[in-house]
Amino acid sequence: MNINILNTDSLPFCKGCGHDLISKHTAKALEKMGLSPLDVIMVTDIGCHGIIDKSLNTHTIHGLHGRSAALGAGIAFGIQEPGKKVIVFIGDGGATIGLQHILEAARLNLNMTVVVHNNMLYGMTGGQSSGLTPEGFHTTTSMEGNPFAGYDICALAHTAGAAYVARVTGIGDISEKFIKTFSTEGFSLIEVIEICPSYGVKFNPGRKLSEIIETSGRNPGEWVNDRTVFSHHQGKKADNLFNRTPQIQPLFSSLLEHPMSVILSGSAGEGVQLTATILSKAAMRSGLNITQKGSYPVTVGVGFSTAELNLSTDEIHFHGINIPDIVVVTSQDGLAHSKKRIGLMTKGKLFIDQSLTPPETGAEVIVSDFRSIGARTASLLAAIFFVKESGIFPMEAVFSTIEAEGLGTKLPVEKIRTALGI
Amino acid sequence: MALIDGSRLIIESLARAGADAFIGYPITPANLLYQYSGQRMEIMLAAPDEISTLQWMSGLSATGRIPVTATSFPGFALMVESINMAYMMELPMVIILVQRLGPATGTATNGAQGDLLLLNGMISGGHPIPVVCTSDFEDCWSLAAESVKIAVQMRTPVILLTSKEEVMTYKSFDLSKLEKIEKADHKFYDKDCEYKSYKPTDMVPDFLPLTQNRHQVRINASTHDQMGILQHSTDEALANTRRLEEKIREKMKSHLIYTYDRQEGAEAIVVSYGITASAAKDAVSELRQAGRKVSLLIPKTLLPVPAAYLDILDNYQRIVIAEENMNNQLGSLLFGVSKPERLRFTGALGKMITPEQIIEEVK
Repeated sequence: MNINILNTDSLPFCKGCGHDLISKHTAKALEKMGLSPLDVIMVTDIGCHGIIDKSLNTHTIHGLHGRSAALGAGIAFGIQEPGKKVIVFIGDGGATIGLQHILEAARLNLNMTVVVHNNMLYGMTGGQSSGLTPEGFHTTTSMEGNPFAGYDICALAHTAGAAYVARVTGIGDISEKFIKTFSTEGFSLIEVIEICPSYGVKFNPGRKLSEIIETSGRNPGEWVNDRTVFSHHQGKKADNLFNRTPQIQPLFSSLLEHPMSVILSGSAGEGVQLTATILSKAAMRSGLNITQKGSYPVTVGVGFSTAELNLSTDEIHFHGINIPDIVVVTSQDGLAHSKKRIGLMTKGKLFIDQSLTPPETGAEVIVSDFRSIGARTASLLAAIFFVKESGIFPMEAVFSTIEAEGLGTKLPVEKIRTALGI
Repeated sequence: MALIDGSRLIIESLARAGADAFIGYPITPANLLYQYSGQRMEIMLAAPDEISTLQWMSGLSATGRIPVTATSFPGFALMVESINMAYMMELPMVIILVQRLGPATGTATNGAQGDLLLLNGMISGGHPIPVVCTSDFEDCWSLAAESVKIAVQMRTPVILLTSKEEVMTYKSFDLSKLEKIEKADHKFYDKDCEYKSYKPTDMVPDFLPLTQNRHQVRINASTHDQMGILQHSTDEALANTRRLEEKIREKMKSHLIYTYDRQEGAEAIVVSYGITASAAKDAVSELRQAGRKVSLLIPKTLLPVPAAYLDILDNYQRIVIAEENMNNQLGSLLFGVSKPERLRFTGALGKMITPEQIIEEVK
């Protein structure tokens, strides 16, 4: 088995490029650490640094510009085998594009290393400014000097929770710093400051790397957080989602002859959706097929709350309701929401609370006091009233559903029975 | 019978078929899929955004997992570049696209069928990505598993297309009629001789996860040779890109899934997919009860468009396509811009197509 991380000494970078130093010292560090190349997963993306892949004996995965930290995170999530090392190579341009990905990996303290090749500009695309370009640095897109200070990527990663962060100048032997970075349990990031020999030197003649670092305040250093490395925190898992979907046996029978569409329309907090579920299961207990869906505003705690149900002795395909057969209205919100469809009814029944003014409709209007035992049970009281009036299935199907759902003590069943005179 | 929604069927099916990781983030109307995955999938992670979602999935897939996410157009749009990446890298995964009313954020809680044409052109170069579409609860079960199978067999991302009304509506449903799901066979290269990450065996390269140390694995989203090394445009690299297209077109022929309810002597046929297929079933049933002869085609494999559908449609004097958009996207896929006179379209915006609407077009 090959023990060299690199398969060549001749790397594909411009003469004098710091990327060459980073690659060779990454290799040196990994070899000193005794890591086999195939225990190393090198994640690269778009930018000059990304052309290193072909020179590596490690596993390589080459993705999209700026996304290598997220791709590396995905790999880190998936690794179960001990002794694996995920190393993400990214440029300062990529770190700008994918800043969120770096912060997220640091926040979760994923077991991986990000090596930021900060040559202070986008090199592959012609020397444009990045988010890490220092103030005053000249680039293709800031020929008068960058008017803004660059991000301090080390401070950001440290603040986000990285276990270990270091910044080094890309000169001399930096392999020891790499060893410290790669040896970290959890998320580590090392920023190597370099100057692009093609665009950086050309647009900033006479400036020395040490002077730029000094001026920009990006001095070498290291920062640590004492943290536990990421592990998958899994809650209790079901081995079958159907275990939470109990079988409903038909214990009652239904008198329903034709498919029936029902709309329950009330306000948030009136138990409309729960009532719909009870009604659906009661119908199923009576041997009927049903469909059920809810509609409510995004602010679920306020405004209308509507449920649409279809009941049929046959299998139901289309479950939309244009003109309903039955509408049960318990509040002004519910009336406002369903008014248009109530107006379209030429037959059927409208059950409406006595506090409301029935709209123009061709449906038979049945008024009753659905709020008599409180707003929270208005929808349930009205729905059972409808079951009683229509006789589509026995009311006991509803009450037995309430019991079966474990709601017998939570809902005022006796008060409902009394209010309905049963 | 059980009171159940399509989301629960889809996630249970995916898990049984071998999907073992779900990367989620909240987006209506896909939230139930996210919620159930947390209860069922071996790994469930909350991603901070859509691009991270697809990147994390790709990383997990490269380690041998079969990841899934669920989203709607606004999130899907942000995933497109990364889905292209996974397509180029040939990483198996399933993306559930729950359609809702657009454009842009549109109406989150309103269903729609407006994303088919987007899917048809979403891979740069026009290469096809497998898309299967659910039209009822049985499909939620069988096509979710089929998606995993396709993803693994072809080393590709697969889109499981559905819509709000299918994954958020509860129905009484007989679970005992669901077919047993076999776990997809996610095979890894087991030979000792040289491994090339993109050397095809019957069009599909053998897979090896990044976590093993027997062979070097090189995965690449840029144009690459069989080794997985970036190339500008060498013959070998372009042949690899060409293979991606041929792989999907050829291999999807064995995943041609549709329902063809043919009536002897019928001159008209209703074609519908997804949520509108339920209305189409009712419409055809009513027409037949009224003595009208009419056939029904429910395409489930949508992309790449199977030519078999055109062969079926050739037999009819009248074709009625029903889908919940304004512009007959399936019609455009099947017939291009010069749609035949025998083709009729009934659509809808912001509401479900009714059986009556379809009956009207058939008459």
